[in-house]
Amino acid sequence: MVEPRPLHRRRSIRLWLGAAWIALLFFAAVFAGALSPHDRLAQDLMLQTLPPAWLPGAEPGYYLGTDSLGRDILSRIIYATRPALIVAIVASTAACLFGSLLGLVAGFFGGWADRIISRLVDIWMAFPPVLLSILLVAVLGPALSSVIIAIAVIDWTRFCRVVRAEAMQQRRMDYVDSAKVAGYGTLRIMAREVLPNVLPAIVVLFSLEMGIAVIVEAILSFVNLSISTDDPTWGSMIAEGRGIVHQAWWVLVFPLTCLFLTVLAFSQFGEGLKERFDPVMR
Amino acid sequence: MRLSALIIRLISLVVTFFGVAVVVFVLVRVAPGDPIAMMIGPGASPQDIADLRALYGLDKSIPLQFLIWLGHVVRGDFGTSISLRESVTEVVFGRLPATLELAFLALAIAVVIGGFMAILAARWRGTATEAGVDLFNGIALSVPDFLWGLTFILLFGVAIPIFDISGRVTPTLELPFVTNFFLIESIVRLRFDLTLDLLGHMLMPAMALALPLAAVISQILKTSLKEVMHQDYALIARTKGFSETYVLLHEALRNAVTPSLTVIGVQFTFLIGGTVIVERLFSYEGLGNLAIDAVINRDLPLIQGIVLLFAVIFVGVNLAVDLCYVALNPKLRHG
Amino acid sequence: MSAPFLKIDRLSVRLRRGGEGRLLRQASIAVAPGEVHGLVGESGAGKSMIGRAIFGILPRAVEVIEGAVRLGGTDLFTLSDRERRRLVGVNAALIPQDPLTALNPSKRIEAQMTDRLTRILGLSAAEAKARALGLLEEVQIREPARVFRSYPHELSGGMRQRVLIASAFAAEPRLIVADEPTTALDVTVQKQILKLIAEMQRRHGTALLFVTHNLGVVAKICQRVSVLYAGKIVEQTDVATLFNAPAHAYTRALMAATPRYDRPEESLAPVRPEVIEALSQEIAQTDNIWAEARLAAAGRRA
Repeated sequence: MVEPRPLHRRRSIRLWLGAAWIALLFFAAVFAGALSPHDRLAQDLMLQTLPPAWLPGAEPGYYLGTDSLGRDILSRIIYATRPALIVAIVASTAACLFGSLLGLVAGFFGGWADRIISRLVDIWMAFPPVLLSILLVAVLGPALSSVIIAIAVIDWTRFCRVVRAEAMQQRRMDYVDSAKVAGYGTLRIMAREVLPNVLPAIVVLFSLEMGIAVIVEAILSFVNLSISTDDPTWGSMIAEGRGIVHQAWWVLVFPLTCLFLTVLAFSQFGEGLKERFDPVMR
Repeated sequence: MRLSALIIRLISLVVTFFGVAVVVFVLVRVAPGDPIAMMIGPGASPQDIADLRALYGLDKSIPLQFLIWLGHVVRGDFGTSISLRESVTEVVFGRLPATLELAFLALAIAVVIGGFMAILAARWRGTATEAGVDLFNGIALSVPDFLWGLTFILLFGVAIPIFDISGRVTPTLELPFVTNFFLIESIVRLRFDLTLDLLGHMLMPAMALALPLAAVISQILKTSLKEVMHQDYALIARTKGFSETYVLLHEALRNAVTPSLTVIGVQFTFLIGGTVIVERLFSYEGLGNLAIDAVINRDLPLIQGIVLLFAVIFVGVNLAVDLCYVALNPKLRHG
Repeated sequence: MSAPFLKIDRLSVRLRRGGEGRLLRQASIAVAPGEVHGLVGESGAGKSMIGRAIFGILPRAVEVIEGAVRLGGTDLFTLSDRERRRLVGVNAALIPQDPLTALNPSKRIEAQMTDRLTRILGLSAAEAKARALGLLEEVQIREPARVFRSYPHELSGGMRQRVLIASAFAAEPRLIVADEPTTALDVTVQKQILKLIAEMQRRHGTALLFVTHNLGVVAKICQRVSVLYAGKIVEQTDVATLFNAPAHAYTRALMAATPRYDRPEESLAPVRPEVIEALSQEIAQTDNIWAEARLAAAGRRA
């Protein structure tokens, strides 16, 4: 009676902080050209590994310093929001559609459909996901589209398991029966009755999945399997930074911070949504 | 778990393995790029290439290749690595100990940190201590091992350089080991100087792997402990004159651990999966690092061998968890 | 009669955040060595709060606002946590309501019976084992050695309650609180357990506070009785007086609500609304007196 109020406010804070960072990312991605102080691709061997602006030896205008080819780190970070967000949205959508569909089929029909799909999930869970994604991208050839396909192919199980469980629960409830009695077809019941009820769970998972997709893209970039051009991604910037971390730590620090905040933002946003939808869930 | 349930479990494991084998085989065969072309120089004659294809069995039809491969796998023969020109079995089992040592060190760290935090939060439940533990759990859970690894590289490799962040052991050291379980062997041989050097290299990647698992353990065990502390037998123990801490450790802990075990087991397989990228990050010469090299070199037999081995480990961990569950639960042991 | 061992003085307890609602209103109870004191009331009347207050295991949401709980003359609330735990652990034991949940499922009976003996009372392992085994025999368990090695799930409900009774008496406490010890058991077992507790109490000369909602049980084993309504003790007397000439309207109502096999037509009569009305006025009155007393006390301090 007295307790829940401040607790609720704390939950809202993480929801809004997450949303604010994600909004900032979208803003950066859309207006990357206007926001970047330099050309993201321009190399200048006279300006190699410049430190960030507040350190001695910095060059004015290069706020976060430059990398080993003299490229402006700030501009590269801003442009790298594009592949990160594209992967987050497209790969999560694909994983979500595919996984939810299979989950609905398994949960709603049960029987053989359920047995086959569940076995497939078991097999998938026996793979180390990072290794599988690297393998997939190697097979498909390094490109952003391959990264997206790999993430969708691997992470559909997350949606499938949750939606299947939820659909099974919903199937046992009265309103599905009454819909059947009223003469609605199975497809219609699934679309009209079951889907709206599993939607909150899907939305939460989707938000969490976007964070995962950003990380997987970074990992694949890190092992040099994402975008094959010079265009920046946080992962490839991190890979370069890791190599020269003892000489120029800032090359690693700034993209890493971005990635860190982005992952936290998506997960806090997702957790905040979860609490919004279902206050009983922790 | 009754015997029949165990048998069903084992059969489903075999089915899972078969599924994994099919998926791996299909994936790898679909890969564009000719592995043979990559291994010989431009001067090779067509005859040389054909000979090599026959040697690796690549001249047969794909279903036939699969059956032949499966037959070998069942006998423990994973073929010959194309890039290393050694038996895959030998290469893989040469690297496996490094990964196992890293994974179990990480597990130990996670259990210690997670267990400690859970007990702390349960002992002082409803206070700032619990809120602090919740905050740690929230952050450690949502940030994956890859990012923790990079963070540790910056913090303890560069800012305060107290740990090594590359490799498994200092390369200039003379190693007297006969097995590849360096850490265990250094302890057995009482060469604690080497143990320290190994731990100095392993601690950062192990911490990176351990943090998310520690948060899971802390979260689940805390919830479970708080529940158990409200049970009647915990109340009875308090009436006997025992302190809150004693009741927590002697009455509640064991009963709280059992239900957490399954989740922790699943999470441990995630940790093992994480070794792939974390080993890469720290240039640690384990199975995961080898796997990425194998993918980049399109070393088909090696990839197949490694992925299958990972699958064995995953499923083995799950089975071990089931057995632990039975061993810890007197009701199941006798009933 | 000898000096009471347990003396609860005007104990008041309330919810920390519950406003003015009180779970106990100046409840006073005294139990002498060798005496069985019944504590009767409906569920929610605050019976278990009294038991919990004695052992210092009140829920976190609840706080003591006044009064004292004395064991052998020492006020528990003046002690440090550590001293209180020790004093209670040595001198008092609880026989719980539900034997199914009161034993730790992952520990053998042996460990659960001897832990207090070795760690709180300081007996050697051999002494503790001998005493515990002796007690198991005393509560008429047929194969004490086998039961000693068992896990709780291997024993029936009645057996477990016997184990818990033996465990309580094994510490040779001067006070035992039995919190509805037969409620969770089969009807056939209830009688045996009740008889066993009464016998053990007589043999050991322990002070026994017997918490129950069943007046029939009170009639069987208690010498004195307190009737609790809404946290207030409305009547406190010896058993004969209670049954022959119940002074309080609520006690009479409670008796009417108790099944009587000899006069079934009078059984299970509900408490009449005018009784409840009178009770709430009575309670409001004591609350006022108490509030005034507190005001006066505050005035003195100022």
